[in-house]
Amino acid sequence: MNRPSSIAGQPSAAATGPNWYRYASPQTFFPLAGKLAPWFAVAAVLFGVAGLYVAFFVAPTDQQQGEVYRVIFIHVPAAWMSMFLYVVMAFWAGLGLAFHTRLSGMMASALAPTGAWFTFIALWTGSLWGKPTWGTWWVWDARLTSELILLFLYFGFLALQAAIDDPRRADRACALLALVGVVNIPVIYFSVKWWNTLHQGASVSFTRAPTMAATMFIGMVLLALSFWMYSIAVAFVRVRAIILEREQRSDWITEVV
Amino acid sequence: MSWGSFNEFAAMGGYGLYVWGSYAVTAIVLAAELVLVRRRKRVAHQHLLRLRGASIGSSE
Repeated sequence: MNRPSSIAGQPSAAATGPNWYRYASPQTFFPLAGKLAPWFAVAAVLFGVAGLYVAFFVAPTDQQQGEVYRVIFIHVPAAWMSMFLYVVMAFWAGLGLAFHTRLSGMMASALAPTGAWFTFIALWTGSLWGKPTWGTWWVWDARLTSELILLFLYFGFLALQAAIDDPRRADRACALLALVGVVNIPVIYFSVKWWNTLHQGASVSFTRAPTMAATMFIGMVLLALSFWMYSIAVAFVRVRAIILEREQRSDWITEVV
Repeated sequence: MSWGSFNEFAAMGGYGLYVWGSYAVTAIVLAAELVLVRRRKRVAHQHLLRLRGASIGSSE
């Protein structure tokens, strides 16, 4: 009986030690994502509660801006996530392009809507912060414009995915779009340095000590962690949905449903 | 803590609309995405169940 071991869901390579390639296949990742998602959701709630507590009850009032600065606790983490998720999405898409692994394209597709939502949140909260501090909802400043382009890149990725019927071909086209779009990420990040912008400089720098109060920084980091955990949880649930949609005809999925 | 009362907290020093407008929309977006993604998974699961049910029925 020369039965391929993967059908039983227990590849023989697992006996020789942890084999990470194992997790690159949809049938092994499907149950793993299902088991991990609730834990990431719990972590998101815990970090979120702690972050909101620091944001509203620990962090002091800003001397220049008053209470309106408290928008920063979601604006900056959402902007970080919008860029970070794009890079992770492009990484998975590129991996799929290079190694023809099915799961990579599914992961990229699972991250795109969440990245788009965080880009929207960054723009929305930025607008609500800009009105009282700059006197305008929107300005065609380099930082704001490049972040808007990021939103359109996410939209382009999602539209392209939806427009091509064959998911594997759609993955390849989307991967190309995602990789070309990566050039926009350093443009967003450095826009406040390269151009004279109305938007303030980086809130947190890797090279300088934080200029803001430590409690403000901690609040931002906690909410960034919350958004991060949330993104992983949602992406895992979405990748499970995508696997169920795409692997309809494969035999292993019968055992799952 | 900078708040003497709940009203002071809600007013956010006169910037309540901007602060709460930011937090409320973020909460709504994240909650809605979670609901939608779980529904998408449930629909895909049910579709698959129907598909398998139909194929078993036709083969026997």
